[in-house]
Amino acid sequence: MTAKVVTITSGKGGVGKTTAVANIAVALASRGQKVVCIDGDIGLRNLDVVMGLENRIVYDLVDVVEGRCRLRQAMIHDKRLPELYLIPAAQTRDKSAVSPSDMVRLCDELRPECDWILIDSPAGIERGFRNAIAPADKVLVMTNPEVSAVRDADRVVGLLDAEEKGPASLIINRLNPAMVKRGDMLSVEDVLDLLAIELIGIVPEDENVLVASNRGTPLALDGKSRAGQAFQNIARRLMGESVPFLDLETHNLLQRIFAGRK
Amino acid sequence: MSPLFGRRRSASSAKERLQLVLIHDRTDLTPAELDILKDDLIATISRHVEIEPSAVEIRVAQEGRSQRLVADIPLRSNARRRTH
Repeated sequence: MTAKVVTITSGKGGVGKTTAVANIAVALASRGQKVVCIDGDIGLRNLDVVMGLENRIVYDLVDVVEGRCRLRQAMIHDKRLPELYLIPAAQTRDKSAVSPSDMVRLCDELRPECDWILIDSPAGIERGFRNAIAPADKVLVMTNPEVSAVRDADRVVGLLDAEEKGPASLIINRLNPAMVKRGDMLSVEDVLDLLAIELIGIVPEDENVLVASNRGTPLALDGKSRAGQAFQNIARRLMGESVPFLDLETHNLLQRIFAGRK
Repeated sequence: MSPLFGRRRSASSAKERLQLVLIHDRTDLTPAELDILKDDLIATISRHVEIEPSAVEIRVAQEGRSQRLVADIPLRSNARRRTH
């Protein structure tokens, strides 16, 4: 096994990165992949609660980096799926406790043991972001169809290009098809025109996302909700499958995607 | 998908505003700086050939993620020059 390292980032906070990491991880693991998630948000850890693993933390990322435990000991096994693990962030430290080269070293150690390493990047473009992208083979930029989120996503896409971590792929989260239809929300096409990067997922606004995080059981586990399905589709696209986008989008867009944007 | 007649829908304002903001974010070029650039360009070109300063247009065009500075500089025709 040689894992692919995928980092999810956004610039702006609150667009849904952590939910996405939890759900894409669950979706990959439910397809028989071995997945390790790393919470890169040191000091503000959250991936553990979204995944429902908060009560099982003994060691964290900083313990590994500072040599207080072995990597294996910090990997919490998610019992709902045979091959899903979480390395939680430290809650009482800050981002400077870890360096980009620590992250590269840690991921290199993990690579032979799993199929996917998913890193949840903190918001912002400072140290935590640098840590999260350093080991990445592929970066997914997440945005909402909203001016501030799109602007920040553009900034991040530019930084990724400059760091030679591009081209990034885009996830548009919280799309409300009814608002798009009446012209009060940027459409998928609008956002793609503005950001000019490849699309890997469209996640519709869905109340079930909040219900799932209340319970600590990621949506993609049952896969019946629209959002859960969208995350399943992202996982399949990461695995190289060509999956049509959910029918939230216009005919034009579908044509455009199948016309083979690189 | 085109919005109803009448009131302009907010998504198109969002897109237009973002288009402008992203150009400035990506290029570090503000509208004021673009105006100064335009004046410099007019002055330089006017030293070599007669142009119509009021008709000069300069803008940043997008091609994917790259920006291109596009200038449209109409020359004064010979006929017109003779009438001066």
